[in-house]
Amino acid sequence: MLAVGALLIGWACISRFGPWPRYMLPGPGGVALSLGHSLRTGELGRAVATSLYRLFAGYAMSSAAGITLGVMLARLSWLRAAVGPLVVGLQALPSICWLPLALLWFGLSEKAILFVVVMGSLLSITIATESAVRAVPTMYIRAARTMGARRLRLYTRVILPAALPGIVTGLKLGWTFAWRSLMAGELLYVAGGLGQLLTLGRELGDMAKVMSVMVVIVILGLGFERILFGNVEKRVRERWGYAQAEAA
Amino acid sequence: MIALDNVSKHFTSKRGTHHVLSDVSLTIDEGQFVCLLGPSGCGKSTLLNLIAGLDTPDQGTLAIDGKPIAGPGPDRSVMFQDSALFPWLSVRRNVDFGLELAGFRDKDERASRVETFLKKVQLWRFRDAYVHELSGGMKQRVALARALAPDPRVLLMDEPFAALDAQTRDVLHVELTEIWRATRKTVVFVTHNVREAVRLGDRVVLMATRPGRVKLDEPIALARPRTNEGDVAHYVGRIMKELRTEVEKVMREEIDDAWQPAPGAVPGSSSSGVGGGI
Ligand SMILES: Nc1ncnc2c1ncn2[C@@H]1O[C@H](COP(=O)(O)OP(=O)(O)O)[C@@H](O)[C@H]1O
Ligand SMILES: [Mg+2]
Repeated sequence: MLAVGALLIGWACISRFGPWPRYMLPGPGGVALSLGHSLRTGELGRAVATSLYRLFAGYAMSSAAGITLGVMLARLSWLRAAVGPLVVGLQALPSICWLPLALLWFGLSEKAILFVVVMGSLLSITIATESAVRAVPTMYIRAARTMGARRLRLYTRVILPAALPGIVTGLKLGWTFAWRSLMAGELLYVAGGLGQLLTLGRELGDMAKVMSVMVVIVILGLGFERILFGNVEKRVRERWGYAQAEAA
Repeated sequence: MIALDNVSKHFTSKRGTHHVLSDVSLTIDEGQFVCLLGPSGCGKSTLLNLIAGLDTPDQGTLAIDGKPIAGPGPDRSVMFQDSALFPWLSVRRNVDFGLELAGFRDKDERASRVETFLKKVQLWRFRDAYVHELSGGMKQRVALARALAPDPRVLLMDEPFAALDAQTRDVLHVELTEIWRATRKTVVFVTHNVREAVRLGDRVVLMATRPGRVKLDEPIALARPRTNEGDVAHYVGRIMKELRTEVEKVMREEIDDAWQPAPGAVPGSSSSGVGGGI
């Protein structure tokens, strides 16, 4: 809280006494006013709803596909040989680079932006899942086999839970990437959402609006990360016995 | 009855072919407690894995009551040195999961079996604990409950107490003996510790190394509980002599061809890992 307070005061001072004119760098007050205004008109609410819908839809798809693909890559050596390098290579590509292709394929539509979000988070989830599954101690798999676990049950009840700590790390990373990809996509091309609100602010020369939207983006990003992941990662690692192993 | 007939097994690695088991034949009667003894690397785990159905032999046959072993089955439970409990499940759920996998459908029956067996290993109080909260000895107790709960005919144990301290191991020896006397399961207990083998088994099967085969098959005719150290020591001394030559063989191969045992440095002295610590 103290840090936030200091930040706000610093910001106010720079905006008031700094070398830039007020309209270029509005202070916290101006931004708050702008925030209130766009809340009242419903403009902000609509943009947040649109963005969050896209984010959750895209993230749900990439989580489901990424975990499935990751498990398959880990367990099927022929698949790993065939597409492993491709997955690693494509992960190095910033997801926004998919936008031109997405626009050609899907047109200026929801599908195009969802595609960018999915491409932003899919591969990091895939890679994290793959390495987590590959690191599952064979001891668990052997024990489960002697107890009678086979096929699907071996995967859903033993391999996936055993790999959970690594998968959670991947999901968290994927969430961050999905959020960034969405903002990049909305900013550049697609109608609706917070990204477009940013563009609108720029076109109007309304820096207070731009900054208020930025604040909202930060708060949403951090807030959802807290809600979704919180200390899940830490608790999971502790219970799985990884915390002690790292400390040792 | 478990019957192994001329079982051979080899592994191929970058360093070449390694014949781990060569023509091992062994029959284990229903209800018998057999200790499989040998220096580490002689193929004890390999043999146990074959009986468990986790692996298949190159040659020879393994059968239980005349039926060839074709894979893991609910008639056999396995306990490993590492408890191999699932850390994402509570103690209670670990035992329950074993029952579920073994085909127990009725939830109430499972719950009552979980309770029975957790009480049997004296861990009912810790039923809601997670694996990371348990000591090594507690983990092995839960693993024992998990192995026993589905009521298998055969209990396969691969050095289950090797990582425990001497006191805990002592207590678990007593408890395992009690449980065995009450249930009369067939037990195949792998160990590299002569004293442990003599204390627990009806019969000690000593394996020779490189390649692994049966070197000595010795019935232990001692009443239980075996508290009389004198009687145990008598068997230990005899088996130790045989084991010593095997250990020397491994040492020579693993360390240096020119290795010579220094007097008193070979297992037999009570401080060595092979016989001591109990
Ligand atoms: N999966 C495997 N691949 C290659 N070599 C193996 C494998 N399993 C065991 N071995 C080798 O076989 C030998 C016997 O192993 P093991 O049965 O584990 O011995 P023990 O349990 O008596 O200590 C060892 O030399 C080990 O390196
Ligand atoms: Mg072993």
